[in-house]
Order: sequence, then C-alpha cells, then structure tokens
Amino acid sequence: MRHKLLAILAAALFAAGTAIAQEPIRIGAFLAVTGGAAFLGDPEQKTLELYVEKLNAAGGLLGRKLQLVSYDSAGDAEKARTFVKRLIEQDKVDVIVGGSTTGETMAVVPLVEAAGVPFISLAGAVVIIEPVKKWVFKTPHTDRMACERVFLDMRARGIERIGLISGAGGFDKSMRGECLKVAPNHKIQIVADEAYGGGDTDMTAQLTKIKNTAGVQAVLNAGFGQGPAIVTKNYKQLAMNMPLYQSHGVASKEFIKLAGDAAEGVRLPAAALLVAETLPDADPQKKVVVGYSREYTARFKSDVSTFGGHAFDGLMLAAEAIRRSGSTNKEAIRSALESIKGYVGTGGVVNMSAQDHMGLDVSAFRMLEVSKGNWVLVK
Amino acid sequence: MDWKTPRTGGLALLAAVIVLLPLALANNYWYEVAILIGINAIVCVGLNLLIGYAGQISLGHAGFFGLGAYGSAILTARYGWPPVAALAATTAGVALLALAVGRPILKLKGHYLAMATLGMGIIISIVVVTEDRLTGGPDGMSVPAFTLFGLGLAGERAWYWVIGAALLAAVWVALNLIESPAGRALRALHGSEVGAQVSGIDATRAKVGIFVISAVFASLAGSLTAHYAGFITPGKVGFFHSIELVTMVVFGGMASTFGAVIGAATLTLLPQLLTVLKEYEMVVFGAVMVATMVFLPRGFLPSLMLEIKKKRK
Amino acid sequence: MSAQLAQYLLGGLTIGAIYALVALGFAIIYNASHVINFAQGEFVMIGGMATVSLGNAGLPLLLAIPVAVLAAAAVGLALEKFAVEPARGASVVTLIIITIGASILLRGLATLVWDKKLHALQPFSGDQPIELAGATILPQSLWVLGVTLAIVLLLSWFFSRTLTGKAMLATSHNPLAAQLCGVNTRFVLLLSFGLSAALGAIAGILIAPITLTSWDVGVMLGLKGFAAAILGGLGSGAGAVVGGLALGIVESLGAGYLSSAYKDAIAFVLLLAVLFFMPSGLFGKKSAERV
Repeated sequence: MRHKLLAILAAALFAAGTAIAQEPIRIGAFLAVTGGAAFLGDPEQKTLELYVEKLNAAGGLLGRKLQLVSYDSAGDAEKARTFVKRLIEQDKVDVIVGGSTTGETMAVVPLVEAAGVPFISLAGAVVIIEPVKKWVFKTPHTDRMACERVFLDMRARGIERIGLISGAGGFDKSMRGECLKVAPNHKIQIVADEAYGGGDTDMTAQLTKIKNTAGVQAVLNAGFGQGPAIVTKNYKQLAMNMPLYQSHGVASKEFIKLAGDAAEGVRLPAAALLVAETLPDADPQKKVVVGYSREYTARFKSDVSTFGGHAFDGLMLAAEAIRRSGSTNKEAIRSALESIKGYVGTGGVVNMSAQDHMGLDVSAFRMLEVSKGNWVLVK
Repeated sequence: MDWKTPRTGGLALLAAVIVLLPLALANNYWYEVAILIGINAIVCVGLNLLIGYAGQISLGHAGFFGLGAYGSAILTARYGWPPVAALAATTAGVALLALAVGRPILKLKGHYLAMATLGMGIIISIVVVTEDRLTGGPDGMSVPAFTLFGLGLAGERAWYWVIGAALLAAVWVALNLIESPAGRALRALHGSEVGAQVSGIDATRAKVGIFVISAVFASLAGSLTAHYAGFITPGKVGFFHSIELVTMVVFGGMASTFGAVIGAATLTLLPQLLTVLKEYEMVVFGAVMVATMVFLPRGFLPSLMLEIKKKRK
Repeated sequence: MSAQLAQYLLGGLTIGAIYALVALGFAIIYNASHVINFAQGEFVMIGGMATVSLGNAGLPLLLAIPVAVLAAAAVGLALEKFAVEPARGASVVTLIIITIGASILLRGLATLVWDKKLHALQPFSGDQPIELAGATILPQSLWVLGVTLAIVLLLSWFFSRTLTGKAMLATSHNPLAAQLCGVNTRFVLLLSFGLSAALGAIAGILIAPITLTSWDVGVMLGLKGFAAAILGGLGSGAGAVVGGLALGIVESLGAGYLSSAYKDAIAFVLLLAVLFFMPSGLFGKKSAERV
C-alpha cells in the first residue's frame, strides 16, 4: 500500500515537474496589422510567426517551446495600451516585441517600466531610446540617423540648400523635426518646408512652391506610406530635375512599383537587407540578410521589407538574451539584452550598452539608389 | 420609493453592478476594460441626450472628448497647472465653444447637421495633429497623473472607483434632466419641432442647451482619460471614434440612458473578445453592426424591454 | 494667369472631378431613398482594386475595367438588398449606422480578398506630362475630366429622356405618387444603388493611376464626396458636380496659397461657412416641413 502511494506521489511530482518544465516561453507582441500602419505591422506579424515556428522546429529556447501571443493594435495608442496590459497581466508574457508606430510605443512605455518587462520596440523615432529607459529597447534605426545619412550624401554631392516636404503622420513629423535640428551640424540649409495631409492624393501645389524657391538644389521627402510615391510621381510630372531623397520609411520594392519610372534616380538611406543579393561577400551582414530575405520570400511569396527585418532582429535579440540569461527572469533578460555586442542583424551590427538601447550607428545605414527599377548600393 | 421606475430602480442596479463587479475582475487588464467601458458610457449617456431625446445628430463628438483630453493634458503638462484647475478650465472652455458653435450648427437639420458636426470634428482633429509643438502631434504627449490636494490618483483600482462614481453621477444627472421641464421640452422637440415651438418652447435654446451638456459630458470623460492613461494621442479625436460613439448609443437604444451604458459596454468589450478572429475581426465587426441595426432598429435595450413586456402579457 | 495658379487650378479640377463623381453617387441614392450611403467610398475602392487584381491576373485593361465596374455594381445591389431594404422606415441615425457598418464590412473583405498594400494602376495613355498655360498636367487627368463630363452629360440625358430615368426622378420627388403611377419603386431603389456603385467604381478606376489605390482609399474620398454633395445641396445632381469641383479647387488653392498642412481643414471650414448661410447647400431644395 505504502509503495503504491509513494509510486503515485512520485509519478505526480514527476508529471508536475515535467509540466512546469514544458511551460512555454511567451513572447508577447502588439503590432499594427490593420489600419493605416498595416504597411508596417503586416510584415512584422508574418516575420514573428515564421521565426517563432523556426525556433521551435530547432528545439526552442532553454529546452522549452516558444509561444507567440500577438494582438492587432491597428496603430491606435489606446488599443496598444490595453493590449499590453493584457499581455502583461492576463497572458503573463516574458518579453514583448512590438509597437509598430512611435505613438503606440510611447503610450506603453509607462506600463512596461512599471511592470518590469523587457520591451523591444519596432518603431522609428529617437525619443524612444533618448533618454534611455531601463526596460525599453529598439531595433530600427532612428529618424535622426536617417537625416544624418542623407545629409552626408548630400554634402558629398556638393548640395547645401534643400527643400523639405513631409506628411502629417507621426513618422513624418518626427523625422522632419530631427532633420531641422541636425541640418546645421552638416551645414545644410533648409530653405523650403512644405507639408501635405494624410490621405492627400496630389502634392503638385506643395512641390510647385518648393520649385519656385530660389537656390533649392535637392529635395528631401521625410515621408511614409502612400505620400512619398505620389510625391515622386508629381516630382517627375513637374519636371523637377534636382536630386530627390526619400526616407527609410519607403525602403521597399513596393515603393519602386508604385512610383514607376518616376522613381529612377531617387536615393534613400536603408538597411542592407534591400540589396542583400548584391552585397559583396565580405560584408559582415551578407549571410544574415540573404538568409532572412530568401526564407521570407519563399514562405510569403512577397518582397521582403525592412520593417519585417526589424521584427526579425527584435525576436533574435530577445532569443539571444534569453539564451544568455539561462532563464525567463525578466531582470536577467534585460541585463543580457544590454550586454549584447557585435550581434549581426538585418539592420546592422548591434552593440548595446546601458546608455544605448538601440546599438546601431550611422554606418548601419547604406545609401541606396533606384536604378533600372531596382535598388542598388551607392558606393 | 418606487423601485420599478428607471430613476431609482435602474440607478440602484447600476450602482450594485459597479460595486460588485470587482469580484469578477481577475487582474488589472480586466479593470482597464471596465474603466474604458465606464468612460465610453459617460460620453454615450450625454450623446444619447442629444441624439435619442432631442433627436439631433452629432458625428463629431470625439472632437469634444479630444478637447477635454488635450486641454487637461496641455495645461498640466506644458503649463504646470494643478489637475483640478485644468479640469475646471478645460470643461468651461469646451462648454463655451459648444455654445458658440452650437447656435449656428443646430439651425441645420438632418444630413446637413450630420455633415456640419462631422466637419467640426475633423477640423478639431486636424488642428490637434498639426499644432505639434503644443500637442505633441500625431505621436501624442504624456500627461501627468491626477492629484487632488497633493494626493495622487494612480493605478487601475483607484481609477475604477473614480470612474464608477462619475458614471453614476452622469446617469443621475441625465435621468433628472429627462424628467425635468427642460427634458420634456426636449422630447416635445423631437416629436415635432414646429409643434413644440407653437407650444412656446424656444427650440434653439433647448437644442443648444442639450448640445452644450453633451459636450461637457464628453469633455469631462476626455480629461479623466488623459490623466488615467498618462498618455494621449490624436486617435481619440478623430472621425472613427465619433462614429464608434454614435454606434454605441444607437446600438444600446436611443432615448434610453441605460441603453447607452449597455451600448458602450458591448461595443467596448466586443473588440477585446474578437481578437481571436485576427484578420476576420473587421468583417465580423461590420457584419454585427449591420445585423444589429437591421434586426433591432430601436437598439438593444428597448427591443429587450419590448420582448419582456410581450412575455408579461 | 501665373503658372503657379494654373498648376493649382488644374490639380484642383482633377481631384474635383473625382469628388464630383462620388458626390453624384451620394445624390442618386439619396434621391431614391433619402438614405446617405456612407459606404459610397468603398465602391471607389472596389473599382480601383478589382481592376488592379484583374490586370494582374492577365486581363487586358479594356476588359478589366467593365468587369470591375460590374462587380462594384453587384456589391451595390447586394448592399441594398441585404442591408438597406430590410431596414426601411428606420430612423436616419440607424440607417447611417447600417451603411457605416457596411463600409467596415467591405473594407474588411477587401483586406481578405486582396491585401493591405498600396497598388498602382497603369495610366490609360502613358504619363508624359502635357504643358498647359505654364503648368503641367498628366494625360490621366485629361481622362478624368473627359470621362466625368461624358458621364454627367449621359446622366442628364438618362434622367430627362428615358422612361427609367424619369421613373427614378419621379420616385425622388414623391415615392407614393410614383408608385400610384405604376413605378416599381423597389426596382428604382435597387437601380439607384447599382448605378451609384458603378459611378463610384469608375471614379476609382480613373483616379487610381494618379493617386494609387489600397483597401482604405475609400474612407477619405467618401467623406469628401459626401461633403461635396452637401455643399452642392443634397439631391441635386448639378449641385453634386459643382460642389465636387468647388471642393477640389478650394483645397488646391488653399494648399498653395494658405497652408498645405491645414488644407483639409480649409475645405471643411468653407463647407461650414456655406452651410451657415445657405442651410440647404448651394442648389439644395429648401425643405418645407409639413405640420
């Protein structure tokens, strides 16, 4: 009798122990899969699903499976807040990767800081990591870096006076603000500054104003979404011959398809991901970007985008941090994230630190140009 | 005290629900959902007075909500005002604006009124998005916590009770308004504006009055939301939110204060429950809206009450 | 005329023509049923998106366009049959919610049937800009203006010369009297939805080469079309066209001379101003209330 009881007890304990060990590691995500920012959230969602699947196929992390719990915040900051509360309180996730837009990200920062959950944001503005916040990290390059990269290229071409045109969205306004701030540092003068609305379909009025401003040598469109494609088409229609620069927000094949012939000669700063196949073999990023590019295209039959790449980097950084910390203790994951150096991602080589929760510098941005309907690296 | 009349019976039931609900709320996420329902309900109760009782329409009420939210946010965050003073000033400001705008707008009728309120809402949201130095633009701005005589109000549980009390107050005010002479004047207006005028009712004054009151409800709800969330973005000021609010009122039952509360509760809860549907969410949500309005054109609560009355017979 | 002004006017006319087509759609449905169809913008979207996907599937443009227009008309008929007809007699607000719900449903279906990306349509006759009075205009703009004019002329012939058209006009003036005269008002209602949907789809196809198309392109266009219809006076076809063109031009001039950031606000402020002085719009019938 006693032996039977002991056996049953042992079996129960063993089962319980195995059950606990089999608790999945939960990755929480909130992405703008629908709504105005679906351009961002859709590839991010697909990337996270694909790579959680691949990680699990390779045995998971720390012997446990990964579970992705993701919600569609549709670019709405309040929905983002509610879903992050749900992820933290109800779903009890171990780490959060998400926040397609800056507005959604900033709205949830107080929540993750208070609850102490590591959060890797996929949004662009520099304000996310400056000032640095204990639990908040990010993978995309900042909009300030984009401005600087463009200004460097402009100076190299002897350009000093430029026109700026931007849209009404958060991305546009943030990047415009950063460009205005750092332009003097690069001896660039912004002599015209126009804006268009969110759903606008004709920017000829604004471009005409820029065209008629004396001394404009180039135009920078700090834009995102459909605006830049229309600006590019209008640019050609108005026969504006000066160099046109776009932002990293439209770094995708889609943009070239949408703008058509007008895109020829347009330059923008972007991650190496877009020119993966043509990178020299010696390039440190080549293996990672070619791998991601091929796997994503094979699975989803659509062109790869830098936004999906940021989600990839976010997931892999989180995975690496979990591996290094050997547990799902949130503070341990956080410190491990902070200590990552030399990680090669789709966005660049990442060197995190206690003061730098993004880890990229301006060199992570390559300058690309549209040539014969494709992206090429500008030497 | 007659427990069966809407005033006391319904109010007591609502109070009971608010007091007992925390027993069912498992964690802070559910408290958050409850608080969101409460906030939407406050706006809807006010909006229902305008749409259901006075028979007007507003497709721009998110504008008042947004003004309340941003008013409180800007005064406290950028100018360091104490939150209570900011709340009072913002509410007064919105009331004055509603008064000024209401008089010309409410001369319009039907679809013209709908378009005018729509335009008003859109203008407010464009201003909020464009004046980014003041409002933080499309990315929004942080809002300091609410403090009363030095005591901070923070955390879901504390806010739950504040919003619950505010909702009860709002419903009480609405119910009293409806039963008052002013309320009866409103209902006469809804029946026939010319008839009411012939009976000596100043139609314009009554309509503008209720417009201002519903704007104040929305503004207060907005200010409270700003402090609760600690962050506000222009999303809440826009056209889609205005439509959401009208849908909640119509769904719950027009000319029914408790219907407005139920409408707010259902349509706040629905997206949370529909997340499992992922990419089908929009389709299902739209289908639900259409089906409900086609089969229950008077709204949920009045239809329910009708069924109950039928069964009683 | 300065080249700048010419550029603004041409741009404003082009987008104004699109607003006019959408506004006409609103007017036709309103006339037949006193319903404001908030899903009108989605017909514009369906026209553009369907043409793009049919083109991708290999259909030549000449075939893709009529098929897309017919598809949109079918959706319009379905909308009337399943959402509007069952709710006849409901209040104004209820009907508004129904059509808004329908527009959400249609957008959701669009993301499932197609995708959430932006798409471009090939311009009908190339994109070499044409110089006009110092400004440049795309050939596609000429298509937009030309087709809109043709449609307006066609519709005015239809409503004044054909029996069906006159039946529709009769229904809009007095449904009961029309019924008594043997007009099948239910058929008129169906037809009005189908016709409006076709109009919206044509507008969407015309504008897609210039402005790109996506699952949510109908939202703003629908709103602006509604504003144009109100500006011109609900129920007036001429009002819809004038309202649309006026709205487009004011927007463009506002962006050029005042503030490009506040462009949309300027248009709505204008609308409100007009409504305050002319509560029935520019050409609207002054409504008389029977007591």
